[in-house]
Amino acid sequence: MGKIKTVYEDCDILVVGGGMAGTGATFEARYWGRDLKIVCVEKANIDRSGAVAQGLYAINCYMGMQWNENQPEDHVRYARNDLMGLVREDLGYDMARHVDSTVHMFDEWGLPMMRDEKTGRYLREGKWQIMIHGESYKPIVAEAAKKSADKIYNRIMITHLLMDESNQNRVGGAVGFNMRTGDYHVFRAKSVIVAAGGASHIFKPRAVGEGMGRTWYAPWSNGSAYALPIAVGAKMTQMENRIVLTRFKDGYGPVGAYFLHLKTYTRNGKGENYEKKWYEQTKKLVGEYIDHHPVPTCLRNHAFIEEVKAGGGPIHMVTTEAFQDPHLEVIGWENFLGMTIGQAVVWASQNIDPKYEDPELTTSEPYVMGSHATCSGAWVSGPEDLSPPEYFWGYNRMLTVKGLFGAGDTVGGSAHKFSSGSFTEGRLAAKAAVKYIQDLGNEKIEVNNKQCEDFKKIIYQPLENYKIGRNEITAGTVSPSYILPIQGLQRLQKIMDEYCGGIGVNYMTNENLLKKGIELLDMLQEDLEHIGAEDYHQLMRAWELKHRALTSQCVAEHTLFREETRWPGYYYRGDHMKLDDENWHCLTLSRRDPKTGKFTMEKAPLYHIVDEKKNEAS
Amino acid sequence: MSTFVYMTRCDGCGHCVDICPSDIMHIDETIRRAVNIEPNFCWECYSCVKACPQNAIDVRGYADFAPMGHSVRVLREEEKGTISWKIKFRNGTTKDFVSPITTKPWGKHIPKLAEKEKPSKEALDSQLLYSEPKGLNIDTGLPEMKKEKFKQGVYY
Ligand SMILES: Cc1cc2nc3c(=O)[nH]c(=O)nc-3n(C[C@H](O)[C@H](O)[C@H](O)COP(=O)(O)OP(=O)(O)OC[C@H]3O[C@@H](n4cnc5c(N)ncnc54)[C@H](O)[C@@H]3O)c2cc1C
Ligand code: SF4
Ligand code: SF4
Repeated sequence: MGKIKTVYEDCDILVVGGGMAGTGATFEARYWGRDLKIVCVEKANIDRSGAVAQGLYAINCYMGMQWNENQPEDHVRYARNDLMGLVREDLGYDMARHVDSTVHMFDEWGLPMMRDEKTGRYLREGKWQIMIHGESYKPIVAEAAKKSADKIYNRIMITHLLMDESNQNRVGGAVGFNMRTGDYHVFRAKSVIVAAGGASHIFKPRAVGEGMGRTWYAPWSNGSAYALPIAVGAKMTQMENRIVLTRFKDGYGPVGAYFLHLKTYTRNGKGENYEKKWYEQTKKLVGEYIDHHPVPTCLRNHAFIEEVKAGGGPIHMVTTEAFQDPHLEVIGWENFLGMTIGQAVVWASQNIDPKYEDPELTTSEPYVMGSHATCSGAWVSGPEDLSPPEYFWGYNRMLTVKGLFGAGDTVGGSAHKFSSGSFTEGRLAAKAAVKYIQDLGNEKIEVNNKQCEDFKKIIYQPLENYKIGRNEITAGTVSPSYILPIQGLQRLQKIMDEYCGGIGVNYMTNENLLKKGIELLDMLQEDLEHIGAEDYHQLMRAWELKHRALTSQCVAEHTLFREETRWPGYYYRGDHMKLDDENWHCLTLSRRDPKTGKFTMEKAPLYHIVDEKKNEAS
Repeated sequence: MSTFVYMTRCDGCGHCVDICPSDIMHIDETIRRAVNIEPNFCWECYSCVKACPQNAIDVRGYADFAPMGHSVRVLREEEKGTISWKIKFRNGTTKDFVSPITTKPWGKHIPKLAEKEKPSKEALDSQLLYSEPKGLNIDTGLPEMKKEKFKQGVYY
């Protein structure tokens, strides 16, 4: 360990993760914090990192207030309805009232927006989505971040947050390692904005061979957004609210543009509209929520899953009608080339031409994230002018740890942010962080050497484990003293799949299963002390896995706590199959004690700040 | 194997190594060319394919569900601001697509915020972000809500 170099960097604002939210935060921080030192640290290369590495074909969150298309309260109604009533409306409203200014900047920066030829407005894909040629979305926002930052570090994985010595609940920076040089990096910072994206690969994916990387959410979304705050005792919310997506089979190509713009629709194997078949059954589970418009995403999944279980598969997307229009055919293909190229590869390989054949759909394995049709993540303060006392503690988007902020997938309770809303939330967090630093004044944050040295030892331990254990055996991958990252990952995925409601059990779980799963996750945690990494690349895989495992424990605890099935189609509590508004129309909170590793759970009140006056149309 | 690299085309320049979000494109020390070291962590995101100056990287769909004999090729031309795709099906059908990637020259239209006029203390204390309220393109200012409207618990 002695020969590993330590590199120190002192700064005011440290942004962890340069994806949509992180680039937004880095960009905006400079405007308000002229004299502050702003550093962004990214696991990959910010030009092509995160969920938007391939590009996107739509901006899924745009109000269009300038044309009176939607108002922020409409978006709150929409997100609330889609999440079966449970969202942080203050956070959602706040994001929505700012998101248009973000999108207008993207337009000015050169992101190609499609326009309606007649009206000149942005071309709508649906009520909230506008269509773009977004292949270079990520390089464009990366340029914005680069222009604002004092420094951007690529290829450094952040593994732990540092804490202030004088205040046990105040952040003091972060540490990690460079996966190319192997150097140990210590960032001492007055405030940290975690923008490290969501979590894929905590549940077993449908493809487990060479194609296991073709998950819907990127395989590099490894849950650091959750593990970093969980590890320092920050409160988390709605972590049970994992998301399952109906997507094109095998490639997981998105269906949004197909449903909304191309007006394609689904049918079962016999060519029937199966969704209405499950109406009465769903109504028994969730009551009048099934009558809401649009039908919540999870309930549409539910009909799909029930139909397949009943033998009605495969479910097809009817594209053969829309694709007769050459213009729509081009949009259908470009949609994938712009954001899920793997789907085009699958269709080309299997001779599926959607003009002549209706492609199959599937329901994905669950993902944990906070920016899509789901809202798992950290419990944060809302803005001063909107948030009730339980939701406000000084600074917008600050977690329950002082000086620690979040944005994008990191932040829980605020669903349907997508790319534009995540960038916007990064901007909000950055402004609040600047204010926090100003209010801090001359107060010093102290991080002593011991804290840094202790983490250094922990971070590189997997290399030691491997070196020692490897000498015990002749060759191969089987060792009695260490497990490899891929082996640990597969164990994690199997536990989560079978005990916590993955694809293998049709998303079903219950108290007994969860308790057993939590026990097995505890043992996995112990074994992860013995993970072995052959090189720096595998060291990154080891830490990705550790972050996924901590995220998973939190998900399992939350799933156990909520004794109802709030989102059928995302997961089912077999012992509480019904939605239970009397006891569970609330948010769930967890906190893991950093010393004991034990989770405690509580309920948090749910405030509705927007009325339901208007029709909740899509 | 998701992405793979043609032996005769790769010159070991390392652009793909630099860009791969999954950190799986590495230069093999013996052959001094790039190789995908962990195909099962590849997203087929094509970042490396687009970045390779030699067109040395191609994609063969994942073995566990993609039959052979297809190809999806790309050419990203930064100066022209376009991206072109050629899809070849297993049965020989081909399709071509071209899209814009930017509407403006690179590097010129994103502001350096350090050079903007310094915001006032009032602005910092307000709810406004950079470019707002002007950037919202509405005359009514940033939308607000009255706190008194809060209602706790079951609403529907
Ligand atoms: C297939 C697909 C299609 C989508 N379609 C659309 C769409 O059409 N429209 C739309 O608006 N949105 C869409 N989205 C959603 C959108 O991409 C996300 O909402 C958004 O990217 C979330 O932003 P984020 O910053 O939270 O996460 P990300 O953008 O994923 O950024 C997280 C960043 O953190 C980095 N990181 C992670 N861990 C660490 C660590 N430990 N240390 C340092 N860095 C770390 C990652 O490398 C990454 O750069 C789509 C997403 C996917 C996957
Ligand atoms: S970018 Fe192309 S030429 Fe350069 S190392 Fe990679 S594969 Fe080889
Ligand atoms: S396609 Fe993407 S994930 Fe796969 S090797 Fe290339 S850059 Fe990496």
